[in-house]
Amino acid sequence: MNASQQWIALRTIIIKEFLRFIRIWKQTVLPPMITTGLYFIIFGNLIGERIGEMEGYRYIDFIVPGLILMAVITQSYANTVSSFYMAKFQRNIEEMMVSPTPNYIIVLGYTGGGIARGLIVGVAVTTVSMIFTQLNIHNIAVLLSIVTLTATLFSLAGIINAIYAKTFDDISIIPTFILTPLTYLGGIFYSITLLPNFWQNVSLANPILYMINAFRYGFIGVSDINLSISYSIIIAFIIALYLFCLRLLNKGVGIRS
Amino acid sequence: MTCALEINDLHKTYRNGLVALDGINLYVEQGDFFALLGPNGAGKSTVIGIITSLINKTSGKAIIYGNDIDTSFAKAKAFIGVLPQEYNFNVWEPIEEILVNQAGYYGIERHEAFNRAEHWLKKLGLWEKRRDIARNLSGGMKRRMMIARALMHNPKLLILDEPTAGVDIENRRTMWKFLVELNRQGTTIILTTHYLEEAENLCRNIAIIDKGKVIEHTSTRELINRLGSETFVLDIKQPLSKAPILNCHAVRLIDEHTLEVDVDKHTGISNLFNELTPLGIDVQSMRNKTNRLEQLFLKMVDEGHAA
Repeated sequence: MNASQQWIALRTIIIKEFLRFIRIWKQTVLPPMITTGLYFIIFGNLIGERIGEMEGYRYIDFIVPGLILMAVITQSYANTVSSFYMAKFQRNIEEMMVSPTPNYIIVLGYTGGGIARGLIVGVAVTTVSMIFTQLNIHNIAVLLSIVTLTATLFSLAGIINAIYAKTFDDISIIPTFILTPLTYLGGIFYSITLLPNFWQNVSLANPILYMINAFRYGFIGVSDINLSISYSIIIAFIIALYLFCLRLLNKGVGIRS
Repeated sequence: MTCALEINDLHKTYRNGLVALDGINLYVEQGDFFALLGPNGAGKSTVIGIITSLINKTSGKAIIYGNDIDTSFAKAKAFIGVLPQEYNFNVWEPIEEILVNQAGYYGIERHEAFNRAEHWLKKLGLWEKRRDIARNLSGGMKRRMMIARALMHNPKLLILDEPTAGVDIENRRTMWKFLVELNRQGTTIILTTHYLEEAENLCRNIAIIDKGKVIEHTSTRELINRLGSETFVLDIKQPLSKAPILNCHAVRLIDEHTLEVDVDKHTGISNLFNELTPLGIDVQSMRNKTNRLEQLFLKMVDEGHAA
């Protein structure tokens, strides 16, 4: 398969994935808008008014970036984990496996689908947030690069989860028991400077903290973490997950007998 | 001329220790219509799985149009179109999209893919259903859609794993006609089936696999010539109380209007009638008790199991 044919194959997978989640937008795009809207109402307006300022910003302005990124993380992960697992379950993954499409194009294609859903939901949630507060953008380049890299990272993680998953339970265990706690403890609702030293150090082991802080920097110019450390960690995770994903597909784990 | 498919000493042992293939050797010439037969669990689908990259082989070689699957699998895959035994498509996707996507995986541009989808969907009588999701198709339509999908990249080698399983007789015959036409146009076809009538009517060459080994690999004509005798069922006009005694044929009375006669290949059918007519037995109709290939197949597999 030459480069232009590989490009066509990549485009095909991304379009297929895009049409898949758009076809079921009531399940994929609408719910995070409603959930995040509720967060804005409860934590932003009702409770936030009593909390006062965080790091010198209104509480709602402080939590908006984290809530947007949380939606991006969960949706990009959910897209690849459900789509890839369903492709295994219905065996339509075989459509790609029997073709000359290389495995790295399959990984990139599914990742592209996850990024697309993450970003579309990100835009939708940002639009909802504008009902509740006026958004200021401190650094658009940081904002866009961090949201895209984060969506990439969690799309890859979703594929790995789906490759190992043997039942529908297996695709909900990691989002429920690992992803959600890490996201909530990643500094969406608070600055880690509020924590005792010990818990600050524990928090530093949470990779989501680096993403949320870098993303918040893009909006309000404030971060608990050095920006270059955030970028390095996110990129390192992406490379590691991509290579791992590729290795699993090349070995046929969970797909070939 | 390069073989369409050449398999040498192919072994597959699954993790649970099951030996699915125990040193298979096969070759399929370009342009052939080839039947791969065998009882359930014989290893047919494992062979197909290996050459289409869905199953990892344990050892051995498979070469597709000169491309070794160990060294140039991507090139080899471009030659193959496959119709698996089980449905393997996204049931929620419209069928035209399934076809267009499949073409995309082979690097075919989207506008060209739509043209090809139109061509094959019309040819297989599914054009009106192109916007329907696959879930809403009948069993026969799903099979035809999968054939259309397998043909989207114009493969030189089409592998059909039980293409007519669960398909009604009318649809089956339409599919046969379609496949014969496709083969005439130069597509090599490998077919696995449990309908031996299908293999006898369509295929020029046959391999029979049993317990992971090839127990026969020859032409259909040669195989059928090996059949020593055929059993015919005769419907007779006058009722009989006991089976007549014939010189050259063994006869059994099934009921008062039905006889079963073993006709030796060398004796021939005319001799049978020469013996029946003087006895006043008027034959209204006759048919083969079983398909000829089926007789041979069962004999070979039974011998294999007894050994």
